[in-house]
Amino acid sequence: MSADPRFDGPGPDEVWRSALAEGRFILQHCRKCSACRFPPALVCAACGSPDLEWREASGQGTVYSTTTVREREGSYNVSLVDLAEGARMMSRVEGVDPATVRIGMKVAARIIQEPESMIVFVPTEGGAA
Amino acid sequence: MSHPLRGSAAIVGIGNTKRWNAPGRTPFDQLQEAAILALEDCGLSLKDVDGLFCAISSSGLPVLNVAERLGVSVRHADGTMVGGASFLFHLQSAVAALENGLCDVALICYGSNQLSAGGRLVSMPDPQPYEAPYKPRYPISSYSLAAARHMHQFGTTRENLADVALAARAWANLNPDAFARGPLTRDEVLSSRMVSDPITRADCCLVTDGGAALVVTRADRAKDLPKKPAYILGTGVAVSHRQIAAMPDLTTTAAVESGRRAYAMAGVGPSDIDHVMVYDAFTITTLLFLEDLGFCPKGEGGAFISSGAIAPGGSLPVNTNGGGLSCNHPGMYGLFTIIEAVEQLRGTCGERQVQGAEIALAHANGGVLSSQATAILGSSATL
Repeated sequence: MSADPRFDGPGPDEVWRSALAEGRFILQHCRKCSACRFPPALVCAACGSPDLEWREASGQGTVYSTTTVREREGSYNVSLVDLAEGARMMSRVEGVDPATVRIGMKVAARIIQEPESMIVFVPTEGGAA
Repeated sequence: MSHPLRGSAAIVGIGNTKRWNAPGRTPFDQLQEAAILALEDCGLSLKDVDGLFCAISSSGLPVLNVAERLGVSVRHADGTMVGGASFLFHLQSAVAALENGLCDVALICYGSNQLSAGGRLVSMPDPQPYEAPYKPRYPISSYSLAAARHMHQFGTTRENLADVALAARAWANLNPDAFARGPLTRDEVLSSRMVSDPITRADCCLVTDGGAALVVTRADRAKDLPKKPAYILGTGVAVSHRQIAAMPDLTTTAAVESGRRAYAMAGVGPSDIDHVMVYDAFTITTLLFLEDLGFCPKGEGGAFISSGAIAPGGSLPVNTNGGGLSCNHPGMYGLFTIIEAVEQLRGTCGERQVQGAEIALAHANGGVLSSQATAILGSSATL
Protein backbone atom coordinates (compact mmCIF):
# COMPACT_ATOMS: atom_id res chain seq x y z
CA MET A 1 0.00 0.00 0.00
CA SER A 2 1.36 3.38 -0.94
CA ALA A 3 -1.46 5.51 0.50
CA ASP A 4 -0.35 8.56 2.48
CA PRO A 5 -0.19 7.42 6.14
CA ARG A 6 -1.25 10.87 7.42
CA PHE A 7 -4.79 10.02 6.37
CA ASP A 8 -4.87 6.43 7.69
CA GLY A 9 -7.66 5.25 9.99
CA PRO A 10 -11.33 6.21 10.06
CA GLY A 11 -12.30 9.50 8.44
CA PRO A 12 -13.21 12.57 10.50
CA ASP A 13 -17.00 12.11 10.26
CA GLU A 14 -16.63 8.55 11.56
CA VAL A 15 -14.29 9.62 14.38
CA TRP A 16 -16.74 12.32 15.47
CA ARG A 17 -19.78 10.01 15.29
CA SER A 18 -18.03 7.22 17.20
CA ALA A 19 -16.98 9.61 19.96
CA LEU A 20 -20.52 10.97 20.20
CA ALA A 21 -21.91 7.45 20.48
CA GLU A 22 -19.55 6.97 23.47
CA GLY A 23 -20.91 10.14 25.07
CA ARG A 24 -18.03 12.43 24.06
CA PHE A 25 -18.25 15.78 22.22
CA ILE A 26 -14.96 16.37 20.40
CA LEU A 27 -13.77 19.09 18.03
CA GLN A 28 -10.94 19.42 15.53
CA HIS A 29 -8.24 22.03 16.03
CA CYS A 30 -5.61 23.07 13.50
CA ARG A 31 -2.06 22.42 14.71
CA LYS A 32 -0.80 25.16 12.37
CA CYS A 33 -3.15 28.12 12.96
CA SER A 34 -5.15 26.74 15.95
CA ALA A 35 -8.55 27.43 14.33
CA CYS A 36 -11.38 25.12 15.39
CA ARG A 37 -13.26 23.23 12.69
CA PHE A 38 -16.84 21.93 12.75
CA PRO A 39 -18.37 19.96 11.07
CA PRO A 40 -15.36 17.66 10.78
CA ALA A 41 -13.25 17.62 7.62
CA LEU A 42 -9.77 16.70 6.44
CA VAL A 43 -8.46 20.25 6.30
CA CYS A 44 -8.55 23.44 8.32
CA ALA A 45 -11.08 25.85 6.76
CA ALA A 46 -9.02 28.83 7.93
CA CYS A 47 -5.58 27.98 6.56
CA GLY A 48 -5.95 24.79 4.48
CA SER A 49 -3.61 22.70 6.61
CA PRO A 50 -4.41 18.97 6.82
CA ASP A 51 -2.73 18.78 10.24
CA LEU A 52 -5.71 18.67 12.62
CA GLU A 53 -6.05 17.20 16.10
CA TRP A 54 -9.08 16.18 18.16
CA ARG A 55 -9.77 17.68 21.58
CA GLU A 56 -12.66 17.41 24.01
CA ALA A 57 -15.12 20.28 23.57
CA SER A 58 -15.84 22.55 26.54
CA GLY A 59 -19.54 22.37 25.68
CA GLN A 60 -19.88 26.09 26.35
CA GLY A 61 -21.50 28.30 23.74
CA THR A 62 -23.53 31.38 22.87
CA VAL A 63 -26.65 31.50 20.69
CA TYR A 64 -25.67 33.24 17.42
CA SER A 65 -29.13 33.05 15.83
CA THR A 66 -32.37 31.27 16.53
CA THR A 67 -35.72 30.34 15.01
CA THR A 68 -38.87 28.57 16.17
CA VAL A 69 -40.04 25.98 13.68
CA ARG A 70 -43.84 25.82 13.69
CA GLU A 71 -45.17 22.38 12.87
CA ARG A 72 -48.69 21.04 13.38
CA GLU A 73 -47.36 18.64 16.02
CA GLY A 74 -45.82 21.52 17.94
CA SER A 75 -43.10 24.15 17.84
CA TYR A 76 -39.44 23.56 18.49
CA ASN A 77 -36.24 25.54 18.52
CA VAL A 78 -33.43 25.49 15.96
CA SER A 79 -30.39 27.58 16.84
CA LEU A 80 -26.90 28.28 15.62
CA VAL A 81 -24.53 28.11 18.57
CA ASP A 82 -21.10 29.74 18.58
CA LEU A 83 -18.92 27.32 20.53
CA ALA A 84 -16.37 28.71 22.95
CA GLU A 85 -13.65 27.09 20.82
CA GLY A 86 -14.65 29.24 17.82
CA ALA A 87 -16.68 26.95 15.55
CA ARG A 88 -20.42 27.29 14.97
CA MET A 89 -22.95 24.44 14.95
CA MET A 90 -26.64 23.98 14.30
CA SER A 91 -28.43 22.61 17.34
CA ARG A 92 -31.48 23.05 19.55
CA VAL A 93 -31.85 24.89 22.84
CA GLU A 94 -33.96 22.83 25.21
CA GLY A 95 -35.43 23.21 28.68
CA VAL A 96 -37.12 26.53 27.90
CA ASP A 97 -40.07 27.63 25.75
CA PRO A 98 -38.69 27.80 22.17
CA ALA A 99 -39.96 31.37 21.81
CA THR A 100 -37.83 32.54 24.76
CA VAL A 101 -34.50 31.47 23.25
CA ARG A 102 -32.56 34.67 22.56
CA ILE A 103 -29.51 35.62 20.52
CA GLY A 104 -26.62 36.08 22.93
CA MET A 105 -27.95 33.51 25.43
CA LYS A 106 -25.21 31.47 27.13
CA VAL A 107 -25.77 27.75 26.69
CA ALA A 108 -24.11 24.44 27.54
CA ALA A 109 -24.07 21.19 25.56
CA ARG A 110 -25.86 17.98 26.58
CA ILE A 111 -25.73 14.66 24.75
CA ILE A 112 -29.14 13.04 24.37
CA GLN A 113 -30.40 9.87 22.64
CA GLU A 114 -33.17 10.50 20.11
CA PRO A 115 -32.59 7.55 19.51
CA GLU A 116 -29.20 8.33 17.95
CA SER A 117 -26.83 10.35 20.09
CA MET A 118 -27.09 14.06 19.39
CA ILE A 119 -25.94 17.31 20.95
CA VAL A 120 -28.45 19.82 22.28
CA PHE A 121 -27.94 22.86 24.47
CA VAL A 122 -29.56 24.18 27.65
CA PRO A 123 -29.32 27.72 29.02
CA THR A 124 -26.65 28.04 31.70
CA GLU A 125 -27.46 29.57 35.07
CA GLY A 126 -27.95 33.29 34.64
CA GLY A 127 -27.52 32.71 30.93
CA ALA A 128 -30.50 34.72 29.78
CA ALA A 129 -29.40 37.46 27.40
CA MET B 1 -8.22 49.62 -19.74
CA SER B 2 -11.49 47.76 -19.87
CA HIS B 3 -11.74 44.08 -19.01
CA PRO B 4 -11.29 41.83 -22.08
CA LEU B 5 -14.59 40.06 -21.44
CA ARG B 6 -16.61 43.28 -21.03
CA GLY B 7 -19.22 43.31 -23.78
CA SER B 8 -17.56 40.40 -25.56
CA ALA B 9 -20.83 38.42 -25.63
CA ALA B 10 -24.52 39.23 -25.62
CA ILE B 11 -27.83 37.63 -24.81
CA VAL B 12 -29.53 37.52 -28.19
CA GLY B 13 -32.54 35.30 -27.49
CA ILE B 14 -34.80 34.68 -24.51
CA GLY B 15 -37.45 32.04 -23.93
CA ASN B 16 -40.00 32.01 -21.12
CA THR B 17 -42.81 29.46 -21.17
CA LYS B 18 -44.94 31.48 -18.71
CA ARG B 19 -46.67 28.18 -17.84
CA TRP B 20 -46.72 28.60 -14.08
CA ASN B 21 -49.18 25.77 -13.47
CA ALA B 22 -49.01 23.19 -16.23
CA PRO B 23 -50.00 19.67 -15.16
CA GLY B 24 -48.93 16.92 -17.54
CA ARG B 25 -45.60 18.52 -18.38
CA THR B 26 -42.25 17.29 -17.11
CA PRO B 27 -39.38 19.64 -16.20
CA PHE B 28 -37.79 18.63 -19.52
CA ASP B 29 -40.96 19.62 -21.42
CA GLN B 30 -40.81 23.09 -19.88
CA LEU B 31 -37.10 23.34 -20.64
CA GLN B 32 -37.46 22.24 -24.26
CA GLU B 33 -40.28 24.69 -24.92
CA ALA B 34 -38.22 27.53 -23.45
CA ALA B 35 -35.21 26.53 -25.57
CA ILE B 36 -37.30 26.53 -28.76
CA LEU B 37 -38.77 29.95 -27.88
CA ALA B 38 -35.32 31.42 -27.17
CA LEU B 39 -33.88 30.17 -30.47
CA GLU B 40 -36.90 31.40 -32.45
CA ASP B 41 -36.53 34.76 -30.68
CA CYS B 42 -33.10 35.26 -32.25
CA GLY B 43 -33.60 33.42 -35.54
CA LEU B 44 -31.18 30.60 -34.77
CA SER B 45 -31.91 26.87 -34.64
CA LEU B 46 -31.06 23.91 -32.44
CA LYS B 47 -28.53 22.90 -35.09
CA ASP B 48 -26.61 26.12 -34.43
CA VAL B 49 -26.25 25.35 -30.71
CA ASP B 50 -22.84 23.93 -29.80
CA GLY B 51 -22.59 24.98 -26.16
CA LEU B 52 -25.08 23.59 -23.64
CA PHE B 53 -25.51 24.87 -20.09
CA CYS B 54 -28.19 23.50 -17.77
CA ALA B 55 -29.09 22.37 -14.28
CA ILE B 56 -32.31 20.75 -13.14
CA SER B 57 -33.43 19.78 -9.64
CA SER B 58 -34.69 16.34 -10.59
CA SER B 59 -31.70 15.17 -12.63
CA GLY B 60 -28.10 14.51 -11.69
CA LEU B 61 -27.11 14.32 -15.37
CA PRO B 62 -28.85 17.35 -16.88
CA VAL B 63 -26.52 17.91 -19.84
CA LEU B 64 -26.99 14.34 -21.06
CA ASN B 65 -30.77 14.41 -20.70
CA VAL B 66 -31.14 17.78 -22.37
CA ALA B 67 -28.67 17.15 -25.21
CA GLU B 68 -30.51 13.95 -26.09
CA ARG B 69 -33.96 15.55 -26.06
CA LEU B 70 -32.99 18.67 -28.01
CA GLY B 71 -30.70 16.77 -30.38
CA VAL B 72 -27.94 19.33 -30.00
CA SER B 73 -24.38 18.53 -30.89
CA VAL B 74 -22.37 19.58 -27.86
CA ARG B 75 -18.87 20.97 -28.29
CA HIS B 76 -18.79 22.58 -24.86
CA ALA B 77 -21.01 21.98 -21.82
CA ASP B 78 -21.36 23.02 -18.19
CA GLY B 79 -23.81 21.44 -15.76
CA THR B 80 -22.61 23.27 -12.66
CA MET B 81 -25.21 22.82 -9.92
CA VAL B 82 -25.12 25.43 -7.17
CA GLY B 83 -28.89 25.82 -6.72
CA GLY B 84 -30.84 28.78 -8.06
CA ALA B 85 -27.71 30.75 -8.99
CA SER B 86 -26.51 27.96 -11.32
CA PHE B 87 -27.61 29.73 -14.48
CA LEU B 88 -25.62 32.87 -13.73
CA PHE B 89 -22.59 30.67 -13.10
CA HIS B 90 -23.40 29.15 -16.50
CA LEU B 91 -23.58 32.64 -18.03
CA GLN B 92 -20.06 33.47 -16.84
CA SER B 93 -18.85 30.10 -18.10
CA ALA B 94 -20.56 30.71 -21.48
CA VAL B 95 -18.92 34.13 -21.89
CA ALA B 96 -15.48 32.60 -21.29
CA ALA B 97 -16.18 29.64 -23.60
CA LEU B 98 -17.47 31.90 -26.41
CA GLU B 99 -14.52 34.29 -26.14
CA ASN B 100 -12.09 31.39 -26.38
CA GLY B 101 -13.83 29.70 -29.29
CA LEU B 102 -14.91 26.62 -27.34
CA CYS B 103 -18.43 27.21 -28.66
CA ASP B 104 -20.22 29.71 -30.93
CA VAL B 105 -23.86 29.54 -29.80
CA ALA B 106 -24.52 28.94 -26.11
CA LEU B 107 -27.90 27.75 -24.85
CA ILE B 108 -28.60 28.13 -21.12
CA CYS B 109 -31.84 26.45 -20.10
CA TYR B 110 -34.03 25.28 -17.24
CA GLY B 111 -37.44 23.74 -16.57
CA SER B 112 -39.50 22.72 -13.56
CA ASN B 113 -42.88 21.22 -12.70
CA GLN B 114 -42.55 22.01 -9.01
CA LEU B 115 -46.14 23.17 -8.53
CA SER B 116 -48.04 20.64 -10.62
CA ALA B 117 -45.88 17.78 -9.30
CA GLY B 118 -46.95 18.42 -5.73
CA GLY B 119 -46.02 21.89 -4.62
CA ARG B 120 -42.98 21.06 -2.50
CA LEU B 121 -39.46 22.15 -3.20
CA VAL B 122 -37.69 19.46 -5.21
CA SER B 123 -34.14 19.22 -3.94
CA MET B 124 -31.33 17.13 -5.26
CA PRO B 125 -30.37 14.35 -2.86
CA ASP B 126 -27.81 16.07 -0.68
CA PRO B 127 -28.05 14.82 2.91
CA GLN B 128 -26.77 17.13 5.68
CA PRO B 129 -26.08 14.88 8.69
CA TYR B 130 -25.02 17.78 10.94
CA GLU B 131 -28.32 19.61 10.38
CA ALA B 132 -30.90 16.86 9.86
CA PRO B 133 -31.22 15.76 13.54
CA TYR B 134 -32.48 19.26 14.45
CA LYS B 135 -35.21 19.21 11.75
CA PRO B 136 -34.87 22.72 10.33
CA ARG B 137 -37.46 23.40 7.63
CA TYR B 138 -35.31 23.27 4.51
CA PRO B 139 -34.49 25.80 3.20
CA ILE B 140 -36.75 28.21 5.11
CA SER B 141 -35.18 27.92 8.59
CA SER B 142 -31.75 28.82 7.25
CA TYR B 143 -33.13 32.08 5.87
CA SER B 144 -35.03 32.61 9.13
CA LEU B 145 -31.74 32.39 11.03
CA ALA B 146 -30.26 35.03 8.73
CA ALA B 147 -33.33 37.27 9.14
CA ALA B 148 -33.31 36.90 12.94
CA ARG B 149 -29.64 37.81 13.08
CA HIS B 150 -30.16 40.86 10.82
CA MET B 151 -33.03 42.02 13.06
CA HIS B 152 -30.87 41.55 16.16
CA GLN B 153 -27.88 43.36 14.75
CA PHE B 154 -29.53 46.21 12.83
CA GLY B 155 -33.05 46.58 14.22
CA THR B 156 -34.66 45.38 11.00
CA THR B 157 -38.37 44.67 11.54
CA ARG B 158 -40.96 42.27 10.21
CA GLU B 159 -42.68 45.34 8.76
CA ASN B 160 -39.55 46.07 6.70
CA LEU B 161 -39.64 42.52 5.36
CA ALA B 162 -43.37 42.76 4.65
CA ASP B 163 -42.68 45.86 2.56
CA VAL B 164 -40.47 43.74 0.26
CA ALA B 165 -43.47 41.51 -0.44
CA LEU B 166 -45.70 44.54 -1.03
CA ALA B 167 -43.27 46.09 -3.52
CA ALA B 168 -43.04 42.80 -5.40
CA ARG B 169 -46.82 42.54 -5.55
CA ALA B 170 -47.16 46.14 -6.75
CA TRP B 171 -44.80 45.35 -9.65
CA ALA B 172 -46.63 42.07 -10.34
CA ASN B 173 -49.85 44.05 -10.66
CA LEU B 174 -48.23 45.80 -13.65
CA ASN B 175 -47.21 42.46 -15.22
CA PRO B 176 -50.05 40.52 -16.88
CA ASP B 177 -47.86 37.38 -16.84
CA ALA B 178 -47.33 37.35 -13.07
CA PHE B 179 -48.82 34.38 -11.21
CA ALA B 180 -49.84 36.24 -8.03
CA ARG B 181 -51.68 39.47 -8.71
CA GLY B 182 -54.21 41.53 -6.78
CA PRO B 183 -54.18 43.65 -3.65
CA LEU B 184 -51.89 42.75 -0.74
CA THR B 185 -51.63 44.62 2.56
CA ARG B 186 -48.93 44.79 5.19
CA ASP B 187 -51.34 43.29 7.73
CA GLU B 188 -52.01 40.33 5.45
CA VAL B 189 -48.27 39.61 5.24
CA LEU B 190 -47.72 40.09 8.98
CA SER B 191 -50.68 37.90 9.94
CA SER B 192 -49.84 35.15 7.44
CA ARG B 193 -49.02 31.76 8.99
CA MET B 194 -45.66 31.73 10.76
CA VAL B 195 -43.46 28.95 9.35
CA SER B 196 -40.10 29.46 11.01
CA ASP B 197 -39.79 32.72 12.96
CA PRO B 198 -39.58 35.43 11.71
CA ILE B 199 -40.55 34.13 8.25
CA THR B 200 -44.23 33.73 7.44
CA ARG B 201 -45.75 32.05 4.44
CA ALA B 202 -46.08 35.50 2.81
CA ASP B 203 -42.33 36.09 3.23
CA CYS B 204 -41.70 33.02 1.06
CA CYS B 205 -41.52 32.89 -2.72
CA LEU B 206 -44.21 31.26 -4.80
CA VAL B 207 -44.18 27.62 -5.83
CA THR B 208 -44.81 27.43 -9.57
CA ASP B 209 -43.89 25.51 -12.71
CA GLY B 210 -41.93 27.18 -15.47
CA GLY B 211 -39.20 27.06 -18.07
CA ALA B 212 -36.65 29.61 -19.23
CA ALA B 213 -33.78 29.75 -21.70
CA LEU B 214 -31.16 32.17 -23.04
CA VAL B 215 -29.16 32.14 -26.26
CA VAL B 216 -25.75 33.80 -25.97
CA THR B 217 -23.31 34.59 -28.81
CA ARG B 218 -20.20 36.70 -29.27
CA ALA B 219 -20.93 40.40 -29.69
CA ASP B 220 -19.92 40.54 -33.38
CA ARG B 221 -22.60 38.01 -34.28
CA ALA B 222 -25.16 39.51 -31.89
CA LYS B 223 -25.44 42.77 -33.79
CA ASP B 224 -26.64 40.96 -36.93
CA LEU B 225 -29.45 39.10 -35.14
CA PRO B 226 -33.03 40.43 -35.06
CA LYS B 227 -33.47 41.47 -31.41
CA LYS B 228 -31.65 44.24 -29.53
CA PRO B 229 -28.68 42.45 -27.91
CA ALA B 230 -28.23 42.66 -24.14
CA TYR B 231 -24.46 42.89 -23.87
CA ILE B 232 -22.86 41.12 -20.93
CA LEU B 233 -20.77 43.87 -19.37
CA GLY B 234 -19.71 41.99 -16.27
CA THR B 235 -20.19 38.77 -14.33
CA GLY B 236 -19.07 37.62 -10.92
CA VAL B 237 -19.65 34.51 -8.84
CA ALA B 238 -18.83 33.43 -5.28
CA VAL B 239 -19.47 30.44 -3.01
CA SER B 240 -19.34 30.74 0.76
CA HIS B 241 -20.76 27.55 2.34
CA ARG B 242 -23.24 24.70 2.01
CA GLN B 243 -24.85 24.57 5.47
CA ILE B 244 -26.06 27.76 7.12
CA ALA B 245 -23.93 27.08 10.21
CA ALA B 246 -20.85 27.42 8.00
CA MET B 247 -21.78 30.89 6.71
CA PRO B 248 -19.24 33.24 8.30
CA ASP B 249 -21.62 36.19 8.96
CA LEU B 250 -25.34 35.61 8.46
CA THR B 251 -25.94 39.30 7.77
CA THR B 252 -23.44 39.61 4.91
CA THR B 253 -23.58 37.31 1.91
CA ALA B 254 -21.00 36.41 -0.72
CA ALA B 255 -22.97 38.77 -3.03
CA VAL B 256 -20.43 41.33 -1.79
CA GLU B 257 -17.76 39.38 -3.67
CA SER B 258 -19.77 38.40 -6.75
CA GLY B 259 -20.98 42.00 -7.02
CA ARG B 260 -17.48 43.44 -6.67
CA ARG B 261 -16.25 41.15 -9.45
CA ALA B 262 -19.14 41.99 -11.76
CA TYR B 263 -18.83 45.75 -11.16
CA ALA B 264 -15.07 45.59 -11.77
CA MET B 265 -15.48 43.75 -15.07
CA ALA B 266 -18.26 46.09 -16.21
CA GLY B 267 -16.44 49.22 -15.04
CA VAL B 268 -19.59 50.53 -13.34
CA GLY B 269 -20.88 50.99 -9.80
CA PRO B 270 -24.26 50.75 -8.08
CA SER B 271 -25.18 54.35 -9.00
CA ASP B 272 -24.87 53.50 -12.72
CA ILE B 273 -27.52 50.74 -12.56
CA ASP B 274 -30.95 51.63 -13.98
CA HIS B 275 -32.76 48.38 -13.21
CA VAL B 276 -32.15 45.70 -10.58
CA MET B 277 -33.23 42.07 -10.33
CA VAL B 278 -32.30 40.26 -7.12
CA TYR B 279 -33.35 36.71 -6.33
CA ASP B 280 -36.18 37.05 -3.80
CA ALA B 281 -36.59 33.52 -2.51
CA PHE B 282 -37.64 35.17 0.76
CA THR B 283 -38.25 38.81 1.66
CA ILE B 284 -34.97 38.86 3.61
CA THR B 285 -32.95 37.98 0.49
CA THR B 286 -34.01 41.14 -1.36
CA LEU B 287 -32.88 43.18 1.64
CA LEU B 288 -29.55 41.38 2.02
CA PHE B 289 -28.66 41.60 -1.67
CA LEU B 290 -29.56 45.30 -2.00
CA GLU B 291 -27.17 45.98 0.89
CA ASP B 292 -24.45 43.62 -0.29
CA LEU B 293 -24.56 44.94 -3.87
CA GLY B 294 -24.13 48.49 -2.61
CA PHE B 295 -27.58 49.98 -3.25
CA CYS B 296 -27.79 51.03 0.41
CA PRO B 297 -25.40 50.76 3.36
CA LYS B 298 -25.18 47.55 5.42
CA GLY B 299 -27.91 47.50 8.04
CA GLU B 300 -30.04 50.16 6.33
CA GLY B 301 -31.90 47.84 3.96
CA GLY B 302 -35.03 47.88 6.10
CA ALA B 303 -35.35 51.68 6.11
CA PHE B 304 -34.44 51.84 2.39
CA ILE B 305 -37.19 49.39 1.47
CA SER B 306 -39.83 50.88 3.76
CA SER B 307 -39.16 54.33 2.23
CA GLY B 308 -40.81 52.99 -0.93
CA ALA B 309 -37.55 53.05 -2.90
CA ILE B 310 -38.00 49.69 -4.63
CA ALA B 311 -41.74 49.82 -5.36
CA PRO B 312 -43.18 51.27 -8.60
CA GLY B 313 -42.48 55.02 -8.60
CA GLY B 314 -39.51 54.62 -6.22
CA SER B 315 -35.90 55.62 -6.86
CA LEU B 316 -34.65 52.10 -7.70
CA PRO B 317 -36.79 49.72 -9.79
CA VAL B 318 -36.24 46.26 -8.25
CA ASN B 319 -37.78 42.96 -9.35
CA THR B 320 -40.07 44.59 -11.87
CA ASN B 321 -41.62 41.32 -13.04
CA GLY B 322 -42.99 40.78 -9.51
CA GLY B 323 -40.04 38.57 -8.52
CA GLY B 324 -40.07 35.13 -7.02
CA LEU B 325 -42.51 36.47 -4.44
CA SER B 326 -45.27 37.38 -6.90
CA CYS B 327 -44.34 36.53 -10.52
CA ASN B 328 -43.07 32.95 -10.53
CA HIS B 329 -40.68 30.62 -8.72
CA PRO B 330 -40.20 27.24 -10.37
CA GLY B 331 -37.71 25.75 -7.92
CA MET B 332 -34.60 27.52 -9.19
CA TYR B 333 -35.50 31.04 -10.29
CA GLY B 334 -32.10 32.45 -11.34
CA LEU B 335 -32.68 32.55 -15.11
CA PHE B 336 -35.80 34.67 -14.68
CA THR B 337 -33.75 37.53 -13.20
CA ILE B 338 -31.85 37.66 -16.51
CA ILE B 339 -34.97 37.30 -18.67
CA GLU B 340 -36.57 40.37 -17.05
CA ALA B 341 -33.33 42.36 -17.26
CA VAL B 342 -33.11 41.63 -21.00
CA GLU B 343 -36.74 42.61 -21.52
CA GLN B 344 -36.21 45.89 -19.70
CA LEU B 345 -33.14 46.68 -21.85
CA ARG B 346 -35.13 45.82 -24.97
CA GLY B 347 -37.91 48.15 -23.77
CA THR B 348 -40.63 45.52 -24.14
CA CYS B 349 -42.04 45.59 -20.59
CA GLY B 350 -45.25 47.54 -21.21
CA GLU B 351 -46.74 49.11 -18.10
CA ARG B 352 -43.79 48.12 -15.90
CA GLN B 353 -41.14 49.41 -18.32
CA VAL B 354 -38.29 51.33 -16.67
CA GLN B 355 -37.91 54.36 -18.94
CA GLY B 356 -34.45 54.73 -20.42
CA ALA B 357 -33.05 51.53 -18.92
CA GLU B 358 -29.54 51.11 -20.35
CA ILE B 359 -27.77 49.11 -17.62
CA ALA B 360 -29.42 46.30 -15.65
CA LEU B 361 -28.05 44.18 -12.82
CA ALA B 362 -29.33 40.64 -12.25
CA HIS B 363 -28.33 38.75 -9.13
CA ALA B 364 -29.07 35.14 -8.19
CA ASN B 365 -28.70 33.10 -5.03
CA GLY B 366 -28.42 29.35 -4.51
CA GLY B 367 -28.68 26.88 -1.64
CA VAL B 368 -29.06 28.70 1.68
CA LEU B 369 -27.37 32.02 0.78
CA SER B 370 -24.57 29.64 -0.33
CA SER B 371 -23.80 30.57 -3.92
CA GLN B 372 -24.05 34.09 -5.30
CA ALA B 373 -23.81 35.27 -8.90
CA THR B 374 -24.13 38.74 -10.39
CA ALA B 375 -24.47 39.77 -14.03
CA ILE B 376 -24.48 43.31 -15.39
CA LEU B 377 -26.10 43.76 -18.78
CA GLY B 378 -26.13 46.79 -21.03
CA SER B 379 -27.59 48.13 -24.24
CA SER B 380 -25.36 48.90 -27.25
CA ALA B 381 -25.04 52.47 -25.94
CA THR B 382 -23.04 51.17 -22.96
CA LEU B 383 -20.32 49.44 -24.97
